[in-house]
Amino acid sequence: MKRNKTKSMIPSILFMLCVVFSLGLTGCGSSSGDEKWEVVVYNWGEYLDPDTLDLFEEETGIHVIYDEFDTNEAMFPKVEAGAASYDVICPSDYMIQKMIDHDLLAEIDFENIPNIKNIGQQYLEQSREFDPENKYSVPYCFGTVGILYNKSMVEGPVDSWSILWDETYADNILMQDSVRDAFMTALKLNGCSMNTLDEGELEAAKNSLIDQKPLVQAYVIDQVRDKMIGGEAAIGVIYSGEAIYTQRENPDLEYVIPKEGTNVWIDSWVIPKNAPNKENAEAFINFMCREDIALKNFEYITYSTPNIAAQELIEDEEIKNSDIAFPDLTQYDNLETFHYLGAEGDELYNNLWKEVKSQ
Amino acid sequence: MIKNTAKKLYLSLILIFLYAPILVLILYSFNASRTRAKWGGFTFKWYGKLFKNQEILGALFNTLFIALVSSVTAAVIGTIACIAIMNLKKRPRAVILGITNIPMLNADIVTGISLMLLFISMGIKFGLGTILLSHITFCIPYVILSVMPRMKQLNPHIYEAALDLGAGPVYGFFKVVFPEIFPGVLSGFLMAFTMSLDDFIITHFTKGAGIDTLSTKIYTEVKKGIKPEMYALSTLIFLTVLILLLLVNQQPGGNKSPSGKNISEKGV
Repeated sequence: MKRNKTKSMIPSILFMLCVVFSLGLTGCGSSSGDEKWEVVVYNWGEYLDPDTLDLFEEETGIHVIYDEFDTNEAMFPKVEAGAASYDVICPSDYMIQKMIDHDLLAEIDFENIPNIKNIGQQYLEQSREFDPENKYSVPYCFGTVGILYNKSMVEGPVDSWSILWDETYADNILMQDSVRDAFMTALKLNGCSMNTLDEGELEAAKNSLIDQKPLVQAYVIDQVRDKMIGGEAAIGVIYSGEAIYTQRENPDLEYVIPKEGTNVWIDSWVIPKNAPNKENAEAFINFMCREDIALKNFEYITYSTPNIAAQELIEDEEIKNSDIAFPDLTQYDNLETFHYLGAEGDELYNNLWKEVKSQ
Repeated sequence: MIKNTAKKLYLSLILIFLYAPILVLILYSFNASRTRAKWGGFTFKWYGKLFKNQEILGALFNTLFIALVSSVTAAVIGTIACIAIMNLKKRPRAVILGITNIPMLNADIVTGISLMLLFISMGIKFGLGTILLSHITFCIPYVILSVMPRMKQLNPHIYEAALDLGAGPVYGFFKVVFPEIFPGVLSGFLMAFTMSLDDFIITHFTKGAGIDTLSTKIYTEVKKGIKPEMYALSTLIFLTVLILLLLVNQQPGGNKSPSGKNISEKGV
């Protein structure tokens, strides 16, 4: 008799737990309150001055919910699945193209973004590579990829990707440990497009990279910065945004855009199709394009801003006129931006890269 | 003699491999320069900045809150599940135990994505609630894993005797069964706590906008380089754990497991 009683109690305890939990959940859900005055922003980590969020809230009364991601690839599945509905996202060039391809983005109503006038024409022109009609994106940060070298360890001015294949610097070269960036250097050296899908060109690039492998000290991403500052390597492939910071820490370092051309990357604001607060999103983008706000963000993250009005406001003359921070893109005719190559293209590159790494 | 030095060498090698990374991290938390390539002088400024950084402190609070709530809930649910599993016949028991083991062997990313898809299809709003639900889900098997052996050792006749002597089932459970299985529940709870504290990938897929735990917060800093404040925080967490361990080990009275008690009594 008594044993039966215990048995019958267990389901009821479980049931009670379920009830308590579902109550707790609905409590969490309803606390979001009035959705009208929110904007949900999904940005790179450390990619915005937190003060500007406070200013935006003060001026517009729109509450900002701020969320961060670490890579384009980590962001994409969350947005595609619709896990959390974001209003504004800041992906990179090729990822924006992929999101357009997957029909995830909404057209931006530029009537609501008068501050677009602050964004330089050359940057909008460059954006056409991934957003052909400038309908979906507003540039936020940009930069180039180039060679960082230590003047005390490398002779003469460097101006070509070929220095990465120079045997004098064996074991003193740092390469980027990412498929597209690594292939970009080889493809550009061979005079090809970095978005090529031509198997012959890619095969040649692969062989170049295999030839280079014995000379490379390490394939790294973040460590290029610290290793170059510490003088642990003579030459490294690096993003221009890091170059100014490394120069400040070690004046011997020099950054150069090779004459064969390079990758111009652009991170832009976009609005996903399922954004619940599209107008607030546009207000947010407009605010981010205001010159004083863009300046604040530039000073915080030190990546180049495409905001011409903000560039004018920079007080430090050296940075204002720096060719590293603000290269004249129109001066080069061989700059490219990464395209989304489709699933097959990605696989082709990845397989070749595996061959390089496993050699 | 040689055997002894070899023993000591082996032990110290193990300790060096375990603790060298932590020591390096502690060292960098006092480095005035932001880059790891340069020693900019000794400073406490990252500790000061840490306590002013609301985002990091918020993430720390979330992490601890989620770990505590999910491990306590998982301990309760897991223990109840064990009682039920014990009352099953042999075959269904083996089947159920197998089923509860699968989620532990499953890759985290599979668990994470499938939980995300489940929540989407159920229309649950992503936020603290979804993180808690998924943490409880992946913690339960660990509790069952550590409570089950204790349950099996239990002499079922003691509980029956308690009932015969007039105890109600609940009273009987808490007076007779629970003290016996308590060490198992405790270690299950602790295991769940650390699993929840550590988790990144499941949290990443099930969190909503604007809520971060320490691990997701640190991951987002990868692009721009991890802030030295994080080194400071990690140092503090390490020291807290160290001090806690020292305190626990100092007073043998703190060890409440029945077996431990017996040993100390015998010693006296």
